[in-house]
Amino acid sequence: MKLRSQHLLGLEGVSADEINLILDTAVTLKEILSRPIKKVPTLRHITVLNLFYEPSTRTKISFELAEKRLSADSIGFAKASSSVVKGETLLDTVWNIEAMKIDMVVIRHSVSGTPLFLTKNCSSKIINAGDGCHEHPTQGLLDIFTIREKYGKIEGLRVAIVGDIKHSRVARSNIWGLKALGASVAVCAPTTLLPYEVEKMGVDVYTRIEEALEGADVVNVLRLQKERQSAGLLPTLREYSNRFCITTERLKYLNKNFTIMHPGPMNRGVEISSEVADGPFSVILSQVTNGVAVRMAVLYLLSGGVGKIE
Amino acid sequence: MAETKIMDTKGIARSINRITHEILEHNSGAKDMVIVGIRTRGAYIAERLAKAIKRIEKTELPVGAVDITMYRDDVTIRLEQPIIQKTNLPFSIDDKIVILVDDVLYTGRTVRAALNELMDYGRSRCIQLAVLVDRGHRELPIRADYVAIQLQTFRGENVIVKLKEYDKEDAVILQQNNGGE
Repeated sequence: MKLRSQHLLGLEGVSADEINLILDTAVTLKEILSRPIKKVPTLRHITVLNLFYEPSTRTKISFELAEKRLSADSIGFAKASSSVVKGETLLDTVWNIEAMKIDMVVIRHSVSGTPLFLTKNCSSKIINAGDGCHEHPTQGLLDIFTIREKYGKIEGLRVAIVGDIKHSRVARSNIWGLKALGASVAVCAPTTLLPYEVEKMGVDVYTRIEEALEGADVVNVLRLQKERQSAGLLPTLREYSNRFCITTERLKYLNKNFTIMHPGPMNRGVEISSEVADGPFSVILSQVTNGVAVRMAVLYLLSGGVGKIE
Repeated sequence: MAETKIMDTKGIARSINRITHEILEHNSGAKDMVIVGIRTRGAYIAERLAKAIKRIEKTELPVGAVDITMYRDDVTIRLEQPIIQKTNLPFSIDDKIVILVDDVLYTGRTVRAALNELMDYGRSRCIQLAVLVDRGHRELPIRADYVAIQLQTFRGENVIVKLKEYDKEDAVILQQNNGGE
């Protein structure tokens, strides 16, 4: 069993078998993180460039740690301190770094489709670490991993994704992955923050939070992306908070043994209350731990066949 | 392809019994001893060794298993990555006598990987290697301390070990290519 693509651009079109392969591999690799020496020599032959054109704390550190735990050489790149500020184009930047012999590129970019564009113009294997409003596949995988870890399955669960669906790559990756594994998905947002024809992704669409939470096992709360709010989508943050914030009061609509997730960074008091975020049903920090294991699995599985075949 | 059955349930049981006695004799008992099997089949042989030691010495030894996939030296040349199983060492190996167990000793590369993995888990007093079958053709300077069956083989031949716990039957089988090498 192997992944069909040599890149990871998104979870759209990725089969249930492939997702399960990644998750099963991550289960095993997670054990390495609790060893006295948290490192295995597997990817010593691989050099990975972490090309982050957008700010990131979790994803960037998570990828770097995943690479280091597998003994890959990892190169960091921050837009602000690079020649991008002198006007160097994306392709020139990648080609120049590729000339220094790298094998994989982890890319985060504000423009949707940038990772796909790189696969057509570069020789490295490409991992999407978030592209615009398109996909954030490793976040989707780590969310699904965290749910599976708690319930032992995905099939038959009801997952509500609440918040700025329109601008959320996390929502898209979650929806594709969860649907592939047989979960039912509800999305909930003000109409202005719902993508056009979102129901065609096979989800139930709500604009009232109470209805969306009714009967759900998992709530994945999205960050309200203030940087992507062009004027007019929301009257005020306060109104959004009043209508959509996940508060203790609203948890009563959920199924027993429910789970609260958030991909981070949180706007406490806007989309989620501190009481819920830090409460006993929150797995927000487990998500972060699992992120390293899931990214290790992706790096490991994509590294197959690097080099010459004898 | 001709197949010869070298050993059955009884034969394997006798051999494991014999090496158990050798292990206990060599170490003057089972004090500070832990048993670690290499997945997949080495882990089951490790369990059997531990049972035999319990019968003789009346002590229960800690048994663990290592999956050496992440330590292999052929990561770069394989087209697809093998599925990894969990390494499970729920005890410290510091200052312990580690009996490392595998089913077939061939090139020695698996044992090399397992040794590296064990080193990452701690500093054992010593590591001793026990195998069910030693079929020769080493590519590294590695040898077993305890060998149940010494088998003369050609490189082109296959040695197949089957264990009840995993394969529903006990057998050691030699597959010969017609005409040999």
